[in-house]
Amino acid sequence: MSQETLRIQKISGHAGTVAGEGTQREYTICKLIDTTTCIGCKACEVACMEWNDLPFGETIFGNTYQTMPETRWNYWNLILFNEHEREDGSLMWLMRKNQCMHCADPGCLAACPSDGAIVQYTNGIVDFQQANCIGCGYCITGCPFDIPKLNPQTKRVFKCTLCTDRVGEGLEPACIKSCPTGCLHFGSKDDMLDLAEKRAKQLRDHSNYPNAGVYDPKGVGGTSVVYVLHDAANPELYGGLPKDPHIPWSVKLWKGPLKWLGNVAMVGGLIGLFVHYLRFGPKDRDEEEMKAETKS
Amino acid sequence: MSQSGQILPHGRVLRYELHERLTHWTAAFSYIYLLLTGLAFYTPWLFWIAIALGGGQISRMLHPWAGLIFFLAVMKMYSMWAAQMRTTETDKAWWGAVGHYARNEDDKMPPAGRYNAGQKLLFWGFFWCSLLLLLTGAVLWFPEFIPWNLRFLRYTAVVIHPAAALLTIGLFLIHIYMSVFAERGAFGSVIRGDVSVEFAKRYHPGWYKEIVGESSTPRK
Repeated sequence: MSQETLRIQKISGHAGTVAGEGTQREYTICKLIDTTTCIGCKACEVACMEWNDLPFGETIFGNTYQTMPETRWNYWNLILFNEHEREDGSLMWLMRKNQCMHCADPGCLAACPSDGAIVQYTNGIVDFQQANCIGCGYCITGCPFDIPKLNPQTKRVFKCTLCTDRVGEGLEPACIKSCPTGCLHFGSKDDMLDLAEKRAKQLRDHSNYPNAGVYDPKGVGGTSVVYVLHDAANPELYGGLPKDPHIPWSVKLWKGPLKWLGNVAMVGGLIGLFVHYLRFGPKDRDEEEMKAETKS
Repeated sequence: MSQSGQILPHGRVLRYELHERLTHWTAAFSYIYLLLTGLAFYTPWLFWIAIALGGGQISRMLHPWAGLIFFLAVMKMYSMWAAQMRTTETDKAWWGAVGHYARNEDDKMPPAGRYNAGQKLLFWGFFWCSLLLLLTGAVLWFPEFIPWNLRFLRYTAVVIHPAAALLTIGLFLIHIYMSVFAERGAFGSVIRGDVSVEFAKRYHPGWYKEIVGESSTPRK
């Protein structure tokens, strides 16, 4: 992995071509989170704040081990703690490291109107460029995972960068580096999916989790963060992980048919009015005026 | 105080009083700013407009405030003009004959009052659209305060806001065309306030009849 992987393949709010579009890379990168071996130590939360130099704010205690209710503009990585009672009455403690999923088909980028405020690198990372962010918050609406958060002071939106700066230098993201149990893995998407499937099979065959599986939702084109879940049939149990996430249909309608209809109507309207003027002219051009024009 | 409908010297008739003209231009300038910045956010091909107007951040910051000003101006218009904008039997006949209007055969049109049926459509179109734009705009102004379980509000707003804006753009284009190019004298009427007697007779014969009838008896 090198700076080469940081070539840009998608740009938000952009007219014209994109330099890295269609370029072939050896692999896209991926973070694997095995929720079944997470012990909720929060080392990844601390490492994220340390590496990204994020200021810590006051937290709200919700009677669980969870640091705060949800991710914030300055808290990109949060382990969600959920207690779940299984059918046989036994208790499960579901812990899920929540952060940006780095969708292949990112809703934030689709919704963003500002040129270059959100980019997707050919390695799969979706990255916010705060210098270009106008603070409209459309990315918040486009995201099916409730990840982008607005800084009320600077009016810019922030989220996990997948440690683009580290990855570009051939390092693994800070959260991966800090994990003590090995529940976090980092590598190519193919390798991570392979590893995830093996782990899911292990859970199904040997650990009495018949529904164990891999979370790599196809509705957003797959993600560069994949989970191994004990119960892949019910991802909602893990702090509201959506079962079938996709870009909201209204965002697609707005950025697709509505935009084209609007463009055609506006340009057509202008042409129509111009042609009408050429054909009929002003309403009060009467005989006297025409005579006067003839004389002059 | 001069009042709309007052006969002025040199064959002029007062059409818009000063407060009507001020309201019109408050709405007009705020709308043009909203239109330009809105188009910049609407399509990447026009994002350069936001840059030209001081940058995307400034445009994002001022667009909602301009929206509030525009909305207040439209509400003022409502209080001034709503009573005169009610649809009449003549308006229905006017729409039936709209083809003549488009072909500049104004002598074949049913006699319009102070406002013809097209102007009434413009008024009500802008009135309802600005209500929609205000409601959806409030959501888009502070998307970060809409909780996750009420996200349908954001999903609705991102479609309704541009859709309503596009409707107003259609009305706006026709409004500019009619008042600047087609009906000469209309633009001046909203600057200086008055029109010629010929203008009043040609485009608003019903209104002119009222004036002549009224001005023959002293005003209360």
